Amino acid sequence: MLSFKNILRGSRGQNGPPAGTTKSPKAARGRGQTGPETVAARQSRGLEEFFSHIRDLSGLTILDLGGATQQNVSFITNLGHRLYSEDFLQILTETFGMEDTVDQSNPGQIEYFLRQALDYPENQFDGVLIWDSLEYLAPALLSAVVERLRKIVRPNSYMLAFFHSDDKLDTVPYYTFRIQEVNTLQVASSGARHPAQLFNNRSLEKLFGSFDSVKFFLTRERLREVIIKA
Amino acid sequence: MWNKKRDEEPQRPLVPPAARPATPAAPVPVAPTSFEPQKEATPVSSMPVGRVESEARGSATIGKAVKVVGQIFSKEDLFVDGDLEGTVEALEHKLTIGPNGTVHAGVKAREVVALGTIQGDVEATDKIEIRKDAKLVGNIKTARIIIEDGAYFKGSIDIVKPEPARGSSKPQAAPAAAPAPQPVHAAAGSNEVKR
Repeated sequence: MLSFKNILRGSRGQNGPPAGTTKSPKAARGRGQTGPETVAARQSRGLEEFFSHIRDLSGLTILDLGGATQQNVSFITNLGHRLYSEDFLQILTETFGMEDTVDQSNPGQIEYFLRQALDYPENQFDGVLIWDSLEYLAPALLSAVVERLRKIVRPNSYMLAFFHSDDKLDTVPYYTFRIQEVNTLQVASSGARHPAQLFNNRSLEKLFGSFDSVKFFLTRERLREVIIKA
Repeated sequence: MWNKKRDEEPQRPLVPPAARPATPAAPVPVAPTSFEPQKEATPVSSMPVGRVESEARGSATIGKAVKVVGQIFSKEDLFVDGDLEGTVEALEHKLTIGPNGTVHAGVKAREVVALGTIQGDVEATDKIEIRKDAKLVGNIKTARIIIEDGAYFKGSIDIVKPEPARGSSKPQAAPAAAPAPQPVHAAAGSNEVKR
């Protein structure tokens, strides 16, 4: 099993490309990077927890903010669910620029972004796969996004989000998360991006204070996997 | 010196890309002349030209310089590389949106292959393929879906079970989400455009 931590180091330029990982010449679309994609697999207790709530049901409506990938589409639709797909980071880049050249606290831009990325009726979704999308949002935009998420999910639904827990990081790699099993992710990294802010448990609890509960899984890779119940 | 320079230039066959056979024979080297147009069409997509040609082979084609506004009912495979606004129905056939194709339309077909842009809802009774560099914004209903890395998709995906095969001893009711068969308006072997 490849270490997720090695990918982190590689992206920070300390050790070069992680040994044993596979590389593809493809870069993530629309995210401003052209570097080779690095792929690894890792266990995810957060994902396991997320699916434990939806795997025995069918006909649910799931929103995936990580963009459409064959694996995620197949996995979720094979469970009998309806999938909505949004490429959240691409819309973020198109709205605010790769290096956040447009102020993320501009109310007009925030409203435009929400219309592009999260324009759904209230109580639409039974689950949201947020992945690591929220790390790149400045406080004003983040608050607006979380508030919108709160509206579009149904009561007793679940969301899965990832946050890096290393507060010394200048940049964090961004990933495409592909579901392999209920507890296994294929993680494809093709570049790094400046996080708008870093979080600890307390700040995350505060961020999702309007939700019913927040549950953390701290991984060996210094990544917080967070399950948020609406 | 002149001859040397000519030797270094890439040699192109006289046959334009669109007219080349699907399985090209070895290119016949022809020295460029002053009468030969040097301009060559550059595909927008990074997809190899041969792959695009194979998608268009045997299909009715709307070329990339053509814009159609209205309804299209097709009883043969259809390749759209131009602009299309309205609706497209090829209920028992394959619809391919080429790399230059831009479709702002509701689409119903047996099979849909997107290499270009589709903005609208898509129903494909068999399968839909969203190829690399394609862009699809709309809701999808299909039995199977293939999404290549690098494709952009925004919308919802409903997987609907295929209709039971004809002649089945125990016909079952189609799922509510499955598209019901609809009459085809065009004469056999033709495409009809309504404005």
